[in-house]
Amino acid sequence: MKIVVCVKQVPDTKGGVKFKPDGTLDRGAMLTIMNPDDKAGLEAALQLKDKYGAEVTVVTMGLPKADAVLREAMAMGADKGVLVTDRVLGGADTWATSQTVAGAIRNLEYDLIFTGRQAIDGDTAQVGPQIAEHLGIPTIAYAQKIVEVDEEQRTITVERQFDDRYMTLKAKMPCLVTALGDLCEPRYMTPGGIFDALDKEVTVWGRTDLKDVEDSNLGLKGSPTQIAKASDKVRKGAGEKKSDLGPAEAVDYIVEKLQEKHII
Amino acid sequence: MDFQLDKKHEMARQLFRDFAEKEVKPLAQEIDETERFPRETVDKLARYGFLGISVPKEYGGQGCDPLTYVMCVEEMAKECGTTSVIISAHSSLCCDPILMFGTEEQKQKYLVPLAKGEKLGAFGLTEPGAGTDAQGVQTKAVKNENGDWVINGSKIFITNGKEADIYVIFAQTGLKLDKRGRSQKVFTAFILEKGMPGFTFGTKENKMGIRASATYELVFSDVVVPDANRLGAEGKGFPIAMHTLDGGRIGIAAQALGLAEGALDKTLAYIKERKQFGRSIGAFQNTAFQIADMATKVKAAQLLVYRAAMAKETQDRYSEEAAMAKLCAAEVAMEVTTKAVQLHGGYGYMREYDVERMMRDAKITEIYEGTSEVQRMVISGGLLK
Repeated sequence: MKIVVCVKQVPDTKGGVKFKPDGTLDRGAMLTIMNPDDKAGLEAALQLKDKYGAEVTVVTMGLPKADAVLREAMAMGADKGVLVTDRVLGGADTWATSQTVAGAIRNLEYDLIFTGRQAIDGDTAQVGPQIAEHLGIPTIAYAQKIVEVDEEQRTITVERQFDDRYMTLKAKMPCLVTALGDLCEPRYMTPGGIFDALDKEVTVWGRTDLKDVEDSNLGLKGSPTQIAKASDKVRKGAGEKKSDLGPAEAVDYIVEKLQEKHII
Repeated sequence: MDFQLDKKHEMARQLFRDFAEKEVKPLAQEIDETERFPRETVDKLARYGFLGISVPKEYGGQGCDPLTYVMCVEEMAKECGTTSVIISAHSSLCCDPILMFGTEEQKQKYLVPLAKGEKLGAFGLTEPGAGTDAQGVQTKAVKNENGDWVINGSKIFITNGKEADIYVIFAQTGLKLDKRGRSQKVFTAFILEKGMPGFTFGTKENKMGIRASATYELVFSDVVVPDANRLGAEGKGFPIAMHTLDGGRIGIAAQALGLAEGALDKTLAYIKERKQFGRSIGAFQNTAFQIADMATKVKAAQLLVYRAAMAKETQDRYSEEAAMAKLCAAEVAMEVTTKAVQLHGGYGYMREYDVERMMRDAKITEIYEGTSEVQRMVISGGLLK
């Protein structure tokens, strides 16, 4: 079985968020981590590798320094890494990103593709399903559990989270699965895995390596989404303090305030 | 000369730090309080290869270098002295001598499961009458008519004691005359397995610090050990023990370093937060100067410990480097953890504050695997040769 896992290097929110003047994220200036949902998808792929045997290839699109998430994935047990990086791909929205990633994946053999449900920097949850659309394969989004893979029938059975319940879906492979962060707890790297991962070659692809993608669908120019304004979380005000009320009065006061704001 | 860690070591350090914070820190206080051996942590250490970091891959290890191993012990010790010594005793004192002096058969049989963490290792040299003076060893091994060895005696203060599966131990196998014509005991090293008939455990020690590490007495009563379990040549036990302890000292130096760093980190956070007379206590010059001294000493210790790890990688002999690293790191650990408690004031004396435990844990680093006085003997011995 061949599995492709799409991962994204995202800002570590512990280190603060920085923006460029055009409103896009200044990724070069922030501490970064592997997107948590993607890491859960990677773990799901590695568990399938442990159980059934598989070759796991990790793909990322980003700045050259995004190489770090590929090394981390390989130190956890992935076999190969592909970095898609090119100036013309910068500033991509979900449409241009999914076009780019699909263009890279067309060069690879795959039975399964894992992506995270969404990235903590954009929170769109669009890229995974869009990749599947471009490639013309089924998607199971919001996976909370991988039930089984039937290699003979070439199917995968997945529990898909759905509001207050879940659906059990079976799809023909090749298929794309988007992983929830709690699909599985990611394993740690191993020390030997780190040493090997940094000795291995990572495949680097640019614009010309992407298969069957129009220029008009790439980069900032190929992105239909225009960012009007981006900002860090707005700080909440100090709030109101009342310390002169008895318990019953305090309850009345709170209820009155909540009604005023149409919360209850 | 470059004092920057390369990418491999940076990434390994991050791994150890994450692991220590998520898996080791939450247990540290509880296992100290209850003296419970953290078996679940050992299982996780095994799963991620932390019990065979510097063992070559062909013997089931991770194939990394001593510096990576040292950083692992250091990062664990920042959160828990017990966890770090479990790794150090297993790796430096049991895996290392089998790797260095074992036969191919011994490596396959013992080193592979040790490096994979399927088995836990321990080391037994110390006896009631033999601490710094190895000549006091009373445990004897005598060859029987089948060519096997029959071992009688006991060992005390053995880290990983009853929890281990494989033990490297030393016994007297003869006498020889030294240059001045005095009779000297000759030792041989053996690999023992838990469960060998006659091999039992005595008292579990109740200790000041590293309280969750299982420190036991090993008792040998007519234990029959095949000659195939003799480690190294007959009569070469003393140099094997000394060489093993050179490596072990680097592990303990890393433990001491981690304890000092952990106490420094916690104190730094505390003095920024703690307010007296309307400002944080870190704003008082007395506190600021103390923390400056602590940080400087910790950094100096780190450089010596890393240098010793590099020497182990590149040199055949590294006794003085190891002794200097352990002497310095252990004394810094004791000083820094003591100051950390002082800067925490009354809170620092309370069990719920980590620095209290760290100060108790630090003391042993000045004592085991060669006291600070022994380290001074080794260092001066090298200088005055």
